[in-house]
Order: sequence, then structure tokens, then C-alpha cells
Amino acid sequence: MKGNIYIYILVMAAVTYLIRALPLTLLNKEIKNRYIKSFLYYVPYATLAAMTFPVILFSTASTISAILGFATALLLAYKGKSLITVAICACAVVFVVERLIVLFNF
Amino acid sequence: MNQIEQWKSGFKDGIPICLGYFAVSFTFGIKAGIVGLTVFQTVLISVTNVTSAGQFAGIDMIAYGASYMEMALAQLVLNIRYCLMSCSLSQKLESNLFPVHRFFIAYGVTDEIFGVTICHDGKLNPYYSYGVMSSAVPGWIFGTFFGIVFGNIMPVSVLNALGIAIYAMFIAIIIPKAKESKSVRLVVLGAMVCSMAFYTLPIIKQVSAGFRTIIITVLIAGIAAWLCPINEENTNER
Repeated sequence: MKGNIYIYILVMAAVTYLIRALPLTLLNKEIKNRYIKSFLYYVPYATLAAMTFPVILFSTASTISAILGFATALLLAYKGKSLITVAICACAVVFVVERLIVLFNF
Repeated sequence: MNQIEQWKSGFKDGIPICLGYFAVSFTFGIKAGIVGLTVFQTVLISVTNVTSAGQFAGIDMIAYGASYMEMALAQLVLNIRYCLMSCSLSQKLESNLFPVHRFFIAYGVTDEIFGVTICHDGKLNPYYSYGVMSSAVPGWIFGTFFGIVFGNIMPVSVLNALGIAIYAMFIAIIIPKAKESKSVRLVVLGAMVCSMAFYTLPIIKQVSAGFRTIIITVLIAGIAAWLCPINEENTNER
């Protein structure tokens, strides 16, 4: 380890915070341009979808449990269940499936 | 809704994030301990950064003694997606909002907190944001603490199961909107297909996760805005 650890932490924190704060504080007027408005409207859906898939398939100990957890989340989300219900049910399914895999030694 | 109700509603929506964060930051804590950071330093990183990829890369760089400039650049590259999110979020705030709120909201711009707040109905009330942060951020901080202090007690089976929480929550955010709007549905499918391509195709699979997200977002949201621009009614329902 070279350098001062606290300076490293300060650099990390400052860069990360500025990236977050500058657009929020500088863009304080409503954007009128229809293209940019539409673009910003679609940003979260594109971002979240890209971050979820296919990474979700590798987020647990086995792909089988991940696929079943994924399916559970899709089904419950489609039925309009709340964030917490969807998240907990997906975790529960993964937990049970992984216990079964260990139990039956698939 | 008044401020307290907004805060409560945010707090509730932040709970799944808290669970997911706990699992991820627990691993971060374990790793920081291996690199040789103290408990205080590790928790300080989590409190001041609140970002997964940036922190994991950060402790690696501290371990091999990167220059401060290198560190700054790496954080910029890994976290530049927050810039896009903040631009999007800025349009969801009332333009006459007391400016100091913007500085506080900025602290909580993470993939997950952004995902929940941006998809909340109507204009964004800062107290809703604070509510989400109040439950989500402690998950990140305590996860880090428990990871470095008790890294070897937590059963792996529980951590594995919690690993899916964040993604399940993302699905819960995007699916209801995709169900009612055809253009959002196409954006979601397009982004997932692109993301799969980035994961499997040679050469482009070497692109880091942060850049992958930026490229796909700009590409897909850019095409969607061109092909199906939103009308004024859509903007109001945001």
C-alpha cells in the first residue's frame, strides 16, 4: 500500500459525489426539447433492464435457482405486487431451491 | 401526501434495496478486510461512496498503490452512469425546489435508489427520496461493517439468496410500466437483448459493467426517443 489511505477515500468520495451532484444542481430548469425529454424518460427502463439481465442469472449460487427466482420475480411483478414482496419472494424461492439442490445433490 | 407520509412510503420502498445492499456490501467488507483496511476505513468508504463497482475497484487500487489521478479516473469511468441518472432525476424535481434538497438527493443517486425514485408517480418529493435512503443506505453501511467484523459467521446460503434481491426489485420496477406501455416494453426487451450480446459476444464482452450500462442506455433510449417520442400526457404521468 502506497499513498495515504484517507486521501484515496477523499478522491473516491469527491469524484463520485460530483458526478451525482453536478447535473442535479445545474439542470434546475425543465428541459423543453422533446427529443431530450423522451430520451431521459426512457433512460431508467433501459438502464435497469440492462443491469438486470443477464446478470440476474449469475447472482446466486446456481443458475437453476437464479432462473426460478427470476421467473418468480417476473410473475409477481406482472401481477403488480409491491417491491418488497417481489424481492422477498424471489429470495425465498432461491433459498429453498438451493437447499433442495444440496439435499438431493443435483 | 404530506412530508411524513412521503418519507414513510419511501422508507418502505427502500427495504428491498436494504436487503440486497446488505448482501453486496457484506462481501465488500470481507474483501476490504483481506486487503488490510481497518474497520473504520472500510465503513468510511461505504458511508462516503455508496456505490458497489466503484468501491470494489477502489480497494483494489488502494491495495496495489495506484496514483490518486488513476483513482480519480477509474471512479469517473465506473460511476459516470450516475451523471445520466442525475440528469433524468433533475427533470423529475419541481424547478422551484429549495436548492439544498438537490445536494442531499445527489448523495443517494445509486442504481437502485435512482430506479425506485425515478419510477415513483408524479413529481419527486425530496422526502420520498430521503425515506428510500433512510432504509437503503443503512443496509449498505451495516452490511459493510458486519462483513469486515464477522465475515465468517454469516451462512453463505443466506447471502446467496439475498444476492437476487436487487435484481428482483428492478424487475418489480420495470415490469408494471412495460405492461401498460408498448414503447417501454420494447425498450426493456431491447436493452436486455443488447446486454446479453455484450455478455456473450467476443471483444465487446470485455467492456466493463459500468460502460456496458452507459452504452446500452444511450443506444436504446436514444433510438426509442427518436422512434416513439413521448407526448405531453406521458410527461405528466412521470
